[in-house]
Amino acid sequence: MSEKGGGSAVKDPGAEPTLGTSWVPHPSQSRTDPFEDTLRRLREAFHSGCTRPAEFRAEQLQALGRFLQENKQLLHDALAQDLHKSAFDSDISELIICQNEINLALQNLQAWMKDEPGSTNWFTKLDSAFIRKEPFGLVLIIAPWNYPVNLTLVPLVGALAAGNCVVLKPSEISRGTEKVLAEVLPKYLDQRCFAMVLGGPEETGQLLEHKFDYIFFTGSPRVGKIVMTAATKHLTPVTLELGGKNPCYVDDDCDPQIVANRVAWFRYFNAGQTCVAPDYLLCSPEMQERLLPALQSTITRFYGDDPQSSPNLGRIINQKHFQRLRALLGCGRVAIGGQSDERDRYIAPTVLVDVQETEPVMQEEIFGPILPIMNVRGLDEAIEFINRREKPLALYAFSNSSQVVNQMLEQTSSGSFVGNDGFIHMTLSSLPFGGVGHSGMGRYHGKFTFDTFSHHRACLLCPAGLEKLNNIRYPPYSDRVQQLVHWVLGSQSCTIL
Amino acid sequence: MEREVQRVRQAFLSGRSRPLRFRLQQLEALRRMVQEREKDILAAIRSDLCKSEFNAYSQEVITVLGEIDFMLENLPEWVAAKPVKKNLLTMLDEAYLQPQPLGVVLIIGAWNYPFVLTIQPLIGAIAAGNAVIIKPSELSENTATILAKLLPQYLDQDLYIVINGGVEETTELLKQRFDHILYTGNTAVGKIVMEAAAKHLTPVTLELGGKSPCYIDKDCDLDIVCRRITWGKYMNCGQTCIAPDYILCEASLQNQIVQKIKETVKEFYGENVKESPDYERIINLRHFKRILSLLEGQKIAFGGETDEATRYIAPTVLTDVDPKTKVMQEEIFGPVLPIVPVKNVDEAINFINEREKPLALYVFSHNNKLIKRMIDETSSGGVTGNDVIMHFMLNSFPFGGVGSSGMGAYHGKHSFDTFSHQRPCLLKSLKREGANKLRYPPNSQSKVDWGKFFLLKRFNKQKLGLLFLTFLGIVAAVLVKAEYY
Repeated sequence: MSEKGGGSAVKDPGAEPTLGTSWVPHPSQSRTDPFEDTLRRLREAFHSGCTRPAEFRAEQLQALGRFLQENKQLLHDALAQDLHKSAFDSDISELIICQNEINLALQNLQAWMKDEPGSTNWFTKLDSAFIRKEPFGLVLIIAPWNYPVNLTLVPLVGALAAGNCVVLKPSEISRGTEKVLAEVLPKYLDQRCFAMVLGGPEETGQLLEHKFDYIFFTGSPRVGKIVMTAATKHLTPVTLELGGKNPCYVDDDCDPQIVANRVAWFRYFNAGQTCVAPDYLLCSPEMQERLLPALQSTITRFYGDDPQSSPNLGRIINQKHFQRLRALLGCGRVAIGGQSDERDRYIAPTVLVDVQETEPVMQEEIFGPILPIMNVRGLDEAIEFINRREKPLALYAFSNSSQVVNQMLEQTSSGSFVGNDGFIHMTLSSLPFGGVGHSGMGRYHGKFTFDTFSHHRACLLCPAGLEKLNNIRYPPYSDRVQQLVHWVLGSQSCTIL
Repeated sequence: MEREVQRVRQAFLSGRSRPLRFRLQQLEALRRMVQEREKDILAAIRSDLCKSEFNAYSQEVITVLGEIDFMLENLPEWVAAKPVKKNLLTMLDEAYLQPQPLGVVLIIGAWNYPFVLTIQPLIGAIAAGNAVIIKPSELSENTATILAKLLPQYLDQDLYIVINGGVEETTELLKQRFDHILYTGNTAVGKIVMEAAAKHLTPVTLELGGKSPCYIDKDCDLDIVCRRITWGKYMNCGQTCIAPDYILCEASLQNQIVQKIKETVKEFYGENVKESPDYERIINLRHFKRILSLLEGQKIAFGGETDEATRYIAPTVLTDVDPKTKVMQEEIFGPVLPIVPVKNVDEAINFINEREKPLALYVFSHNNKLIKRMIDETSSGGVTGNDVIMHFMLNSFPFGGVGSSGMGAYHGKHSFDTFSHQRPCLLKSLKREGANKLRYPPNSQSKVDWGKFFLLKRFNKQKLGLLFLTFLGIVAAVLVKAEYY
């Protein structure tokens, strides 16, 4: 049910009233505490224990699956509206991935929920030791706009599977998807344990003043700091999936056409608006000479002679980002592409060369279909270049030589690493996904999401009797006892401890 | 301060903390330090907490030695890359998790177990290949001094340094950038640490505290229960983050509990507790006065004697305690044990759930169903059933809090994991580009269907399914090659 003020709350006057039970603060409503009732309801539900049984969690996951299946067209349309995403791209980067995660969770829920046995030692052989996975309680998921279905629902899958109550805050920037999520998703999930909150930075800020038991945030490092600072007030643990500039090193020893295919696909997918997209290229001037025609050929093959008319190329999410990206086109020299169209928020697949490190395109995460090439004289210089900067979310290295790839791996750090391809590792749910340093903290996907949203509680059940065995630990400690303890536990095998 | 941190960072960037051999060497050196300088270390702890050498040894040194040995034994396995399950799309590739050090780790120690609570995290940080800055608690001055003296004599002097100081120095230190901060202490300072960490997006492990409840059921052997509780509560004069803070039980049990604890105290510490070499003192005057103030207006069933000159507080039990009084509002961290009567286990569970999640929870009962229920219906960092403290001892267990009792965990492999980045790696070859054509635009419906096939199908263990999928995979690859190449 909508909260304060009776009737459904609206986002802007004149817009369609939101249906379902998502809550939106009305501009005219009191701003004292718009979320208190909703959060209290969810907390009470959590304390009632209704989210704990496996059956309940499975039901929620199945309902989420039905939401995806029954509203496929609606979601396709929303993604097309927000990001000019083709049905193919929407399927492989959003819907199928979500479905996969739901299936994985449903298949493995019992196994994941089970107590993990702990190994006992000499002192505790007679006890029962296990690690209990417990839901944290009330969790907040703040989602971004670039993969608005995937990056909202995949964390949700884990949070629900782990038995939490969830407040979901989808991005207001991807309006089409936000509308579908706000209007349709609540109909599928149990309203006692799930709430959607809509709004912009102001509403999110207000929301963050409240206590949550876990906060999962995907977005920029700048806002990540704000979220973590807000979480401090209530000592709320956080997972921050942030970003950075993902370097892509191309060794001299490779086939430029193959590299061009792979790099271009991952760079220009979703018009470059991917946190793990290769952000910039590092290669020798000689390699650059070979890559440029290869990249041009790839781009033409992928998107035709007029990429703006290709159904397979996305658009920039909004004017603000379009303007930001258009300004970056002025950096270095445009070697490929460079066209833009403001009405359409279209930016052509672009490659920049002769770029200085100090230029804006090398100072911020690009998040657009622009690929600068920086020249380095070999692997060592590339590694040094990368290590001077913040740890990225992903790192890519292309070479026929596994030695080169391994050296890059060993001498750098990043959220994840892929040799000879782009972010294909995202399809593997057995690999955790997360950043390190400025690119984030924590990780998820598959079982890792379940673990992220669970408190691992160490439980030891000792025998109620057999007190004689304990006598050795009680004072007073006679000399004899002291010597015995020293001998037994002293310098040798303390692994029995 | 900034220069010191920079120096450590430079040392890390040199790469010498990374090789397994180096890490093992440093851990062995640490072991030698503990063994060779045992006397100095025990003397320092003794001066700080009036702790007998035996207690210092058995409470702190043993745990440290055990942890080092555990690391030495298991580290070679832990540093190795771990392959992960692959899907059809990646079946010919290498996919694994590679643990890597984070960089420069800051460990802020506590004063109550000043040696182990500083060194045990250090062991994990070294094992994970990091450089470490240690900031021992200034309240346990002597241990802080001895650590600053000894560590440089045994460990690499640029990679692992000790910085001592009070609030001012710690505040300065927290302005610097680290790659992980592990803090042990109280909630208030925990928030300060996390806030400082947020400025640099530094992940934190906070080992905090709270009021650890101890529920005593009717159906138990009170003799044994009271011995165990007495041991855990008055150890280190109650200054233990996982000490049973207060007791919940039915009113009818109170007198018996008081009596048995009294007897046990006499057995453990003698007639005159003040003269027992095994009974510690309160760390300083401020805490002494704080604990004293908790006794105001309370029904002291036994104990209550104090001596400000020596910061001595006798083992004390309070009965019929009102939950609204001061002693039930903050973590006691002293040898005062309130008993709060409750009607039954339902009320106990509600009582516990109305409060912040504690670091530890204890329940004593012969009825396993009751213990199970207590665990199922509450939350806490950890649990020991029918004893206290013991879950701390298992190095296969994560040790940490939840909610306001903390975040993150360590001990054993959990330390290694806390101080590492488990980096997912996928290594493909530049060959077999034909198979990739499936994903490149321009797209078609058949591509969507194939895409679904490859992404949704999983490698399951059933041989038949596997064979079938492999066959289909080959067929698909051939088709793709034929159609698109």
